[in-house]
Parts: sequence; C-alpha cells; structure tokens
Amino acid sequence: MDRTISYVEAVREATDQEMERDASVILFGLDVDDPKAIQGTTRGLAQKYGPERVFGTPLSEDAMTGVAIGMSLAGLRPIHVHIRMDFLMLAMNQLINIAAKSRYMYGGQVHLPLVVRSMIGKSWGQGAQHSQALHSFFMHVPGLKVAAPTTPYDAKGCLIEAIRDDDPVMYVEHRILHFQKGPVPEPTYTVPPGKARITVKGKDVTLVGISYMQVECLRAQRYLESGGIQAEVIDPIWLSPLDGETIAESVRKTGRLCVVDNGWMTCGAAAEIVAQVTERLQGAREVRVRRMGFAPVTCPPTPSLENLFYPNARTIASAAYDLVKGSAQGWLPEERTDLREIEFRGPF
Amino acid sequence: MHDRFYRSLYRIRRVEEEIIRVYPTDKIKSPVHLSIGQEAVSVGVCEALRADDVVFGSYRSHAVYLAKGGDLKKMIAELYGKATGCAKGKAGSMHLVDAAHGVMGASAVVGTTIPHAAGYAYALKLRRKDSVVVSFFGDGGADEGVFYESLNFAALKKLPMIFICENNSYAIHTHQLCRQPTANIAERARVFGVPAERIEDDVLRVHERVGAAVKALRAGEPGPFFFECLTYRWKEHVGPNDDFHLGYRTREEADPWMKNDQVKRLAGLLEADQRRRIESEVEAEIQAAFAFAEESPFPDGSELFTDMFK
Repeated sequence: MDRTISYVEAVREATDQEMERDASVILFGLDVDDPKAIQGTTRGLAQKYGPERVFGTPLSEDAMTGVAIGMSLAGLRPIHVHIRMDFLMLAMNQLINIAAKSRYMYGGQVHLPLVVRSMIGKSWGQGAQHSQALHSFFMHVPGLKVAAPTTPYDAKGCLIEAIRDDDPVMYVEHRILHFQKGPVPEPTYTVPPGKARITVKGKDVTLVGISYMQVECLRAQRYLESGGIQAEVIDPIWLSPLDGETIAESVRKTGRLCVVDNGWMTCGAAAEIVAQVTERLQGAREVRVRRMGFAPVTCPPTPSLENLFYPNARTIASAAYDLVKGSAQGWLPEERTDLREIEFRGPF
Repeated sequence: MHDRFYRSLYRIRRVEEEIIRVYPTDKIKSPVHLSIGQEAVSVGVCEALRADDVVFGSYRSHAVYLAKGGDLKKMIAELYGKATGCAKGKAGSMHLVDAAHGVMGASAVVGTTIPHAAGYAYALKLRRKDSVVVSFFGDGGADEGVFYESLNFAALKKLPMIFICENNSYAIHTHQLCRQPTANIAERARVFGVPAERIEDDVLRVHERVGAAVKALRAGEPGPFFFECLTYRWKEHVGPNDDFHLGYRTREEADPWMKNDQVKRLAGLLEADQRRRIESEVEAEIQAAFAFAEESPFPDGSELFTDMFK
C-alpha cells in the first residue's frame, strides 16, 4: 500500500469510483458544484457526470433531504452533502421521522439507500454554529447508521460502504481530518460497520477517540509512553452500529477506559460507549472510566477560550494517567512539537 | 367512466362508514383521520393516473390509498394491527403504503411527504420515464416551510409532478384564515412560475383538469402543475364522530358541501341497475376485507425487530 493521499482526495475518489460504477448514484448539496467543491471532495465530478447527477441546491435543507428520500424511494442512491453539520438541524424532521423510520413503518415495503455527508468545524473562530458535532443525536435513533472515519483509508472505505448500503447512513467528517494524509489503495474496498480498529496496542489504559479526537488520542498515547504508561488506542470508525465488543475486550485487559468524544458528553457517544463497556464487564472486571469531550458550554470563537473548550493530547494524557494511578496526580506533560504532525500510517 | 368514478367514490365512503361502525369495538387500534366528504379529490386525481404513476399522502390518506389502487384487505388488516396488513401492523392508519400500486407512503407530520414527491419526480426525469408523481397535502401543509422549499425546487427543475392541495379550510380546529393572511394558496404557486388553479368540489372537473396536466407532463411539457382543490371534511379531525358541537365550525357551514356530495351526484348519473350492481360488488368486497382482518393473526413477537435494516 504505497500510495498516500489526503482525506479529501479519498472522499473524492470514493465518490467518483462509485458514480462511475453505478449510474444510480447521484451527488448534490449546497455548493457541491462550485469552484471550492466542498474542500475539494467533489472536485471535477460535476464536469465528469453532468448537472443532472451532480448539482448544487437551493438553500433548502429540509426539502432537499426529503427530495433525497424521494429519489431513493425511486431507486437512486443519493449522496446529500452539508458543508456544516449544524445545518442538519434544518433537516431533522426528514432524517428522524422519515429516513430512519421508512423501512420499518412501511413494513419493509421500501428502503432508503441514502448517504448524508456532513462536516464538523474547529478553530479559526468557527464559533457556536460552525463547530457542533451532533453524531450522538443520530446514534440515538434506530434506523440510522453513523460513520465517523478518522483516516483517509477509512474515509474511502466507509463512504463506499455507505453508498452501497441499502439504508440511510450519516457520514460525519471533521474538517481538520480533511488535511490528513495516509495510505489508501486505489481499487475500491469497503470498511463495513461493526468493527472498531485498535490503532495502538497497550496494556494499561484504553483510549477511545472519536473522529478528530482519535488524532489527539494518538498523541496522548505518545505522551503517556514518556510517562511510562502503555495506552491502547481504539478508533470506533462506525458509531452506529457500534463495536462495543472490541472496546470491552480491550478494557477487560486494561481495566481503565477513557472515551474522548469530539462532542458534548451528556447523553453523548462517550456516555454510550462507557455504558456498553460497563454493562458487559460488570461482575467480571473492576473498571475505572472517564469521559472527555466538549466543555458543557457553547463553542466560543476566541482562541483563548476555544483552546479550553476542547480536550487535547495533553489533557487526555493527564486524565488517562490519573485513571492508571487511581487518583488525581496533577501530571500534565510538557508540550512536544514533534507530535503536532501525527499522520496516519498503515498497515491496516 | 361514470361507473368507474362511482365505484371508487362509493367504495371509499363505505369503507370509512364501516370503520365508523367497527370503531367502538376497539378492534381498530389506530387513530383514524377519515376522508369522508373529501373523496372527490382523490378519485378525480387518481382516475387520471396510470398504475406506474405514484402518489404521496398525508395522515388523511384512506381515500388516496384506495383511489390509487391500494389493496383494501391489507388496509383494513393494517388498521386492525394484523400481520396481513400492508405494513404488517407497523404503519397503522397514518402511514398506509402499497408500493406495488404506487402508494409510496404517508406521514403524520404535516407537509413531510411533499419533497418526497419532488425527489421521486427528479428520478423519473433523470431516467426519462413518462410516469408522473402526485403530492397530496392539505391547506395546513401550505403553512409549512417545506411546502415552499419543495415548490421552489420542483419549479426550478421542471419536475413531472402535480401538487394537489386538498383545501378543507381547517388544520385540526383552526381555520385557514386564522393561519394565513389570505386564502390564496394557488396564487402562491403561480409566483414560482407554476401553472396553478383552484377547483371547486367537483370530481369530474378535478379529473378533467388534472387529466390535462398529466397528459401534458407525459408529452414532455415542463412541470410541475398545481391544483388547489376545495373540499370539506365532514367528520372530526381524528376519530369517527361529528364535531359540530365543538363550536369551531357550524353545521350551516357544512350544509352546502353535504348537499354537493359527489358520491350521491355520481350515483344519480348511473342507471339504477348499474348502480346497484356496483354497490353490491363493493359491499361484498368490504365485507370480505373486514372478515379477512378479523380472521388474520397479530404479528409474531419476532416481528418487533424485523425491517430495521436490510
């Protein structure tokens, strides 16, 4: 696996290859055909497949989600792109009341092969309505699958899997991950739901990092190493269905679990993962747990406050250190510039 | 033609009267939003459609479902919550579906299926098909933002679809003019460049005008078309009863609509023999459908977890 490409290119390539393979795949959303082409993830596709299969839409998230549902009822496989996850709030009726429920409430007569791509923002003053990671909303509702790939490899494999899936998939991208590079095979392949990936082996504490927080967990693992602690790092990849088993097996070994979400903690993905692991291990293994995520406030744009809003590698390492030691140690590793540019490497 | 229209109108009316008759037994375990009084819209529209055309509806969709060819036995079994229902007891009255006959679903949330019709129409256009899509919604649907977004998109992409606004003047108990500054729903569609007209409660007129629109769409003329069909709900918003005692509307307001009953009107256009034959056939069919529902089993407990994903 020699070829290294960016997350953006991986998303673009997956879309291109699936549109080439299957004429029923179509792509639309605000600005998918404009010069910026959604960070480049849709670049060239309007030219290649024409304006009927790739088109920018009116600013009508609610109706356009319903349009995607109607298209999928008619046998198309739409990919609906939202440059901000925050905008999905305008589409919740269609997503929750129809997309999630149609197969069931129509007794299996219909199904909706629908992909909804949405992006989470961070930094540069994104602020209250350009930073929200609301994947847990969608995990809560039966009938939706949720993928939050971290690496370019998983970005391509999950998107192809999502497009080929006969049911609705929420595909969550973090804008900062768009810049990441990593090994990606050129031929198509899928990364199916239900299998988390252990990204670093360890024995002392299990770190689960969701979406962008996987990167911070990988950095935290290196900090912990310098503190004499071997962390095991897990990327869930798919949040729904969630591979609780792989995480629980890791915690059975380590006895300590720190779940770092790129989102709020209350009723969140981290809470769900902690609950699933403790349900599995109760009575069999004593477990110490910790959730980390957004501060329980609205995201502030000013850097001095925004830096405090997010967990980072050092605060994660500090929390994991305390879990291992069993009490607050006040250990916070010195910042290391060599960990800033962690990139994803195989093999997978 | 009149015999076909009468059969469909009479069948819908009688099915719902049977629902009313059975309802106090509590065998129908589903809220019912009856179409009685509004049959002419569904029948006039659906008689202009082919089997491969599709319709999307609201929670008040018994009439649309039946007029489009939805299976009667499966509908009644669905209302009874039986395994033989159109959705195996998972839809109830508000989400009737019969994809094989082009009834693509109905939503309890007002206005929700309007964009589904637009999306389906987009797919038909992309695939160069000559079938059409009809979206049924009420004057309450025209309160919703998604109505305007869908109208905008359908007009922008010139989609082969027909908007049918069944204006019965009320959203639950609130009159249109308490929710909208002017009663001009058809006019609003024209602002988007969509040909639109308002039609009185007349099944033959609905059929003629919608039929012309369907013909135009099949010939490749740009869509969509829009019809505001004036109609009146005779029964309460939900349930089997009259509701004039509530005071939000009067019996006097309803009288002219009831006098203009399209079921009776079409009955009068048929020979007595022909009418009686249709009626006895429909009665037998209805009796068989209710018997089928009564005799059918409830779904097995294992059905709780089926139909979530492929």
